[in-house]
Amino acid sequence: MTPDVPTLLDDMAEQARHYFKVRGIENPVVVGIHSGGVWIAEHLRNRLGVERPLGRLDISFYRDDFSRIGMHPQVRPSELPEDLDGEHVLLVDDVLFTGRTIRAALNELFDYGRPASVALAVLVERDGRELPIEAAIVGAHMELGGSEQIKLRGPEPLRLERVAIDPEEPEA
Amino acid sequence: MNDSQIAHPGARLPQPGPLPNRLQLTDDGQLRHMLTIEGLNRDLLNEILDTAESFANMNEKAVKKVPLLRGKTIVNLFFEASTRTRTTFELAAKRLSADVLNVNISTSSAVKGESLLDTLRNIEAMNVDMFVVRHEESGAAHFIARHVAPGISVLNAGDGRHAHPTQALLDMFTIRRHKGDFTKLKVAIVGDILHSRVARSQIHALNILQTGEVRVVAPCSLLPADVDQLGVHVYNDLDAGLKDVDVIIMLRLQRERMEHAHLPSEHEYYQLFGLTSRRLQLAHPTCLVMHPGPANRGVEIESAVADGPHSVILEQVTYGISVRMAVMSMVMGAHQA
Repeated sequence: MTPDVPTLLDDMAEQARHYFKVRGIENPVVVGIHSGGVWIAEHLRNRLGVERPLGRLDISFYRDDFSRIGMHPQVRPSELPEDLDGEHVLLVDDVLFTGRTIRAALNELFDYGRPASVALAVLVERDGRELPIEAAIVGAHMELGGSEQIKLRGPEPLRLERVAIDPEEPEA
Repeated sequence: MNDSQIAHPGARLPQPGPLPNRLQLTDDGQLRHMLTIEGLNRDLLNEILDTAESFANMNEKAVKKVPLLRGKTIVNLFFEASTRTRTTFELAAKRLSADVLNVNISTSSAVKGESLLDTLRNIEAMNVDMFVVRHEESGAAHFIARHVAPGISVLNAGDGRHAHPTQALLDMFTIRRHKGDFTKLKVAIVGDILHSRVARSQIHALNILQTGEVRVVAPCSLLPADVDQLGVHVYNDLDAGLKDVDVIIMLRLQRERMEHAHLPSEHEYYQLFGLTSRRLQLAHPTCLVMHPGPANRGVEIESAVADGPHSVILEQVTYGISVRMAVMSMVMGAHQA
């Protein structure tokens, strides 16, 4: 059984409200990573009542495995609402696995300016980290081992699915 | 084509024709070299244009650079003068974080009698990853692509009268951004078709993208003998050729490539084939005016038109960077598979 996504989203929104309240942050910029992260970010933004437009990042141009796997066939433009200088950013992805996607996303974010802070929110945090990256807001923790992977299917309805790892596919 | 031909300066090369797909694509259909538009399929052209679209948005970033080709070395190998093409290739490479080396051969080893293959081997020995080649002989980029070490990509930045694929792609990108769907468009290419590698590549690209109607407008003396086989409608009268078109692509009168007098005078050419404000009114009211540059004002185009509201000539230059970034990142990616 995989957890129910709307329930996780409610819980994440609660954590995010607390996170921002404690730090006195108002009006953060919510930025999702293509494509699962954008779905989650959209829902979080609605639950948090953030009015500023959603940011979308496609990190294909920043991946560290380009020299191994080449160009991703469908690169979508990144869209960030404005200059990020001095902004508090809530960076959102579906699954936190190795941490490499987040590293690439941070590099790209900083090419748009110097944010005051970046917090990471993920729907699922699983084992297998290869970099010192940690999420502040987590929907679910999962231990999957080396042979399985968790995928977010969507956009409507959003659901999590456990699948066997395809060695050909780039790591999330 | 016999490989030895190009090694002898002055040898006249036949048109390379559609054979090179085996050369420019990997076994699984990815772009490895960009030599000619001919033979590529619609999906691949659209993939290039889509990728260019994501690079076009980069101008909004504070840092106009991505780390994609960090550590790669790209050599601009120019055997023929060029400002716009070389600088946009150079900027494209730099915005992908590659290191760029500009080698201007007309002023160096060619003068000392070094053969193309020797020049190639020497630069290859410096462990480079990509050659961007411009050469006055048709087929030069194919020749280099056939002889480079595996893992090196070759981009054709214009070879003789044969092809200039990235120019055609940036033109397609410009048209797509303004007009969207190609199938409903009437496009007129006007001027020196005979000497124009740009026109050849544009015609292939427009046809692959299933453009509604492709016209070429030129005096008979500036049309290639095989123009009927290019899949275009031929007009010898500019007014008729411009009627209701959505896009006008003006070509530069290539005085330096004219071996014989193809024209009575530039003045007469302007009278007959110059794009003036008056003639522009024959086209569709939202018609785009394009020119690959550099424009001969008062020879093929009136200044007021080149600078007027229909003109997207400077946009073409801007998009040239995005399109070249797309091609460079795709060919570098294809080698890794």
